[in-house]
Amino acid sequence: MDNLAGFFGALGSPDFPFVRNAFFAGLLSSVLFGVLGSVVTVKRIAGLAGAISHAVLGGIGIALYLSATGKVPGLSPMVGAIVFALLSALIIGTVSLKSKQREDTVIQAIWAIGMSIGVLFMAKTPGYTDPSSYLFGNILLISSQDLVLLLVLDVVVVFLAWRFYPQIEASAFDEEFAQVRGIPTRAVFLMILSVTAIAVVLLQTFVGIVMVIAMLTLPAGTAGYTAKNLASMMAGATLYAFFFSFSGLVVGWVVDVPVGAMVVVIAGAFFLGRAAGNLIAKRRKSHDKGEKSPA
Amino acid sequence: MTDQTIALQFTSVSFSYPALQVLEDVSFHFHSGEFIALVGPNGSGKTTLLKLILGLEQPQAGTIRLLGQSPKKSSNLIGYVPQHASYDPTFPITVQEVVRMGLVGSVKRGQRKQELEQALWALEQVELAHLASRPYSELSGGQRRRVLVARALCAKPGMLILDEPAANMDKESERRLYATLAHLKGATTILIVTHDMRQVSDLTDRVFCIDAHKEGGVGRTVVQHALEDYEDGIKRVRHDVKLSGDQCQKEAFNG
Repeated sequence: MDNLAGFFGALGSPDFPFVRNAFFAGLLSSVLFGVLGSVVTVKRIAGLAGAISHAVLGGIGIALYLSATGKVPGLSPMVGAIVFALLSALIIGTVSLKSKQREDTVIQAIWAIGMSIGVLFMAKTPGYTDPSSYLFGNILLISSQDLVLLLVLDVVVVFLAWRFYPQIEASAFDEEFAQVRGIPTRAVFLMILSVTAIAVVLLQTFVGIVMVIAMLTLPAGTAGYTAKNLASMMAGATLYAFFFSFSGLVVGWVVDVPVGAMVVVIAGAFFLGRAAGNLIAKRRKSHDKGEKSPA
Repeated sequence: MTDQTIALQFTSVSFSYPALQVLEDVSFHFHSGEFIALVGPNGSGKTTLLKLILGLEQPQAGTIRLLGQSPKKSSNLIGYVPQHASYDPTFPITVQEVVRMGLVGSVKRGQRKQELEQALWALEQVELAHLASRPYSELSGGQRRRVLVARALCAKPGMLILDEPAANMDKESERRLYATLAHLKGATTILIVTHDMRQVSDLTDRVFCIDAHKEGGVGRTVVQHALEDYEDGIKRVRHDVKLSGDQCQKEAFNG
């Protein structure tokens, strides 16, 4: 209990700005996870987002190597990550549109090759670089500048989702019909993929690759069980994402474990619990129906 | 109820994929207000023909005029009811929202109140207005198909195109669907695409078949077949009586 009181004390204290920043990072990233995660879930492109977020490690590794060896002094890992994210989004998007049957293979190849390139370049980078720090990140290291970047991305993503909501909903629900209505479904798909890629890059530098992919899918998946429509799924997923981030932060502080991993475990437990509850309710319902129906 | 305005006209249309000639020298037409069945076995090129009509594919030769314009330009005048076989039951959406989708534009956002009114009107046409707020996934297969008809009707189209409307439907749902179509017949041109080569609804005015190749041709072509009354609610396609695709057959063939 002392630890818990200590956390809330630190949250309000000006002496611990990193705790407050982590709290606001959780709040701001929840909007991205909620809105983009719902689109990724209903479009069934979580695998694509997973591949992009892991391939980013290749860009980070190359940027760290070029910077540390003095070949491109001061090159930020984020630049390498953005290049790799957009490149992998372009390759995966093109293959997905042109050759559906090869989509799975290409997604897995990009996922594995990107990560391997990252590990190889980090191994050759002078000094010690731990790849796992990029896999799980550290939400407690977020600066005020990072928060501004997150806020800008929130505004852009929420505006795009509001402005093109009917087109996004139609192309996710029934792509053929959307095409007949004149919606540029390929452009919508590539736009979703590109925005997701950029959001993944920003978010993974703050919270790590594993947490990004978990939070893009688990809050939206959990909200999907009760949502009436895509808009309420986005709102529900945002609330779930914030709840998971905040509880991960609290539990991480209280029992002194990495916050990113704790957030993923809490989100995963909630999602699996909800899925199990749903399954049991369905079985009961069909069992009751069976009992009521005449022999 | 039909008039002489041509709703759809194919003139010497050919289409092929890189390694496969699908359609060759296809010519046929039908008029506004008619109820048309386009039949062909699986793999005959029905889907390709449908894509050409909907403007999703372009022919390599010949011309297609749909309601007086190219299919791409007239796509907003068409109400399309797809099979929607790849429907995701976990997609969170209500019946009313599915129907409103029929008004969605390429990039614009519409007026919510007006869209809701139109969606409700369309649901009334298929007698499902009482289910407007229900989740789409809770409906039976037959009800879902009628909701898709309402979605197609929402924009008050000049022509309704239904792809395999009775697929995976029980008899009662099929009867209700055709009752809705009977109500619309005359005011709207209706084109049904189906694989059932033998029988069509008695609402049908004319039937076109994606048939064998013309002599010396590689791709398939379209011919018109005569119809005869078979039993209550059903007409039989007379495959032994071929008419030109461009022949206007006003009198029903009665054996």
